Amino acid sequence: MKMVSAIVKPFKLEEVKEALRVVGIQGMTVTETRGFGRQRGHTEVYRGSEYQVDFVPKVKVDVICDDDQLSQVVDAIMTAARTGKIGDGKIFVLPVEQVYRIRTGEMGPDAL
Amino acid sequence: MPEIDTGDTAWILTSAALVMFMTPGLALFYGGLVRSKNVLGTYMQSFFALGLVSILFMMFGYTLGFGSDVGSIIGGLDFAFLKNVGAEPSPLAPTVPHSVYMIFQMMFAVITPALITGAVAERMKFKGYVMFMALWSILIYSPVAHWVWGGGWLGFSEGGVAALDFAGGTVVHINAGIAALACIIYIGKRKGYPHDAIRPHNVPMVILGASILWFGWFGFNGGSALGANGVAGSAFVATHLGAAAAMLGWLIPEWIQHKTPTTIGAATGAVAGLVAITPAAGFVEPWAAVLIGFAGGLVCYMFVALKPKLGYDDSLDVVGVHFVGGIVGALLTGVFATTAINAGGADGLLYGNPGQVVKQLVAVVATIAYSFIGSMIILFVTDKVVGVRVSEDDEMIGLDLSQHSETAYTAEGGATASHG
Repeated sequence: MKMVSAIVKPFKLEEVKEALRVVGIQGMTVTETRGFGRQRGHTEVYRGSEYQVDFVPKVKVDVICDDDQLSQVVDAIMTAARTGKIGDGKIFVLPVEQVYRIRTGEMGPDAL
Repeated sequence: MPEIDTGDTAWILTSAALVMFMTPGLALFYGGLVRSKNVLGTYMQSFFALGLVSILFMMFGYTLGFGSDVGSIIGGLDFAFLKNVGAEPSPLAPTVPHSVYMIFQMMFAVITPALITGAVAERMKFKGYVMFMALWSILIYSPVAHWVWGGGWLGFSEGGVAALDFAGGTVVHINAGIAALACIIYIGKRKGYPHDAIRPHNVPMVILGASILWFGWFGFNGGSALGANGVAGSAFVATHLGAAAAMLGWLIPEWIQHKTPTTIGAATGAVAGLVAITPAAGFVEPWAAVLIGFAGGLVCYMFVALKPKLGYDDSLDVVGVHFVGGIVGALLTGVFATTAINAGGADGLLYGNPGQVVKQLVAVVATIAYSFIGSMIILFVTDKVVGVRVSEDDEMIGLDLSQHSETAYTAEGGATASHG
């Protein structure tokens, strides 16, 4: 199993969710988060003073999938989240050792 | 015996309620501008004034400000604990019950020291704040109120300077503004200022607070006519126009300089205009109110923009808005005042009385000198007795938790905690 952790632009969340549903993903965890990459931040103005804000608001979508689903999931996120402009985000793929469903005690891919 | 006017009475009671609401409005205005760890501490520094100062004013504040004159300096003790303050009118407001005039004045006494706290937001110890506010209210606010409105030497009593201050340009705004400067100098900068970007945590809260201030200011200025009459109408109109023009006076230079008009700029500009129009409200024509408001917005914008070069941490710009805006208003009142609007006032420079500007200047300088020196002494004494600044650790944790054992916002809706 793999964990796909995608940092995307907040307004792209709905499209990413739909695209993941289409490829058969049934659950995900979403976190409002902040960070910076090449996009860097922006300038804000408060009472005539300019502030450099480095951390840009993003949404992190965490999905766990079977190994054979991985390329579909990554493609779905990549297509849905892309605007072509700087700041579209990143996708991280990590190995997952085990998954348990708390209610039933099922484990492994059955618990997804 | 002067006759009670029911219309006047109804309007002053209404105005007192409007002015009362300005203090919670100020809490919102200031609270939105600080970081989220300090929002309750900042609220409390305004809101608690409603508790503390009201009681002090009832005991001694009112009588020292508005009791029978002693040497043009201070009021006598005849109204201590509001003795003899009932249905019989005071000579200072002959058409309303004395109790009505008193409660209207009480609301001014409450908000004035609360204004100061924005200058030293995010770092004042609550104990020190309580002691400072109590002493300041009795020793600084009441005497200055007496000088200008209570029959003292700056007002219209016989031999007085006859400076014009319709609703508190000197008594409230210059007084609080210069005390704020004293606090800034004595207490010092916030940790991390100016290197760390310290941003407002809730901008809609700032706008709501400014709106409540604007709303309450109709009572502040309109009620200062002390009657439901033409002067109250003029003051109401001037107040609104002053705020409106100042919003433009702030936003236009901001838009040019930073290429963007900000909502905090619109709110701050409006408040600067309300400050500037306060001494003038019942004395000037509508077009003059527009000019005074615009000047207030513009000058305060320029002053606040200079702040980084001045090297002090006036956290929420109390000096930049109340002190500077107050001076702009006090001096321009001496220019634009006309007896055509208010027969009980005086003509200004523009109407052939250049001497009025000098009188205004005397009131400004006297208030600055007394309030600054007095505030410094009160700060020193308070610091020796209970301390005025929180510890470095408490400042880092924030005032909400360190001073009040509370958190304003919880991530899980407050669901996770256990009694311990």
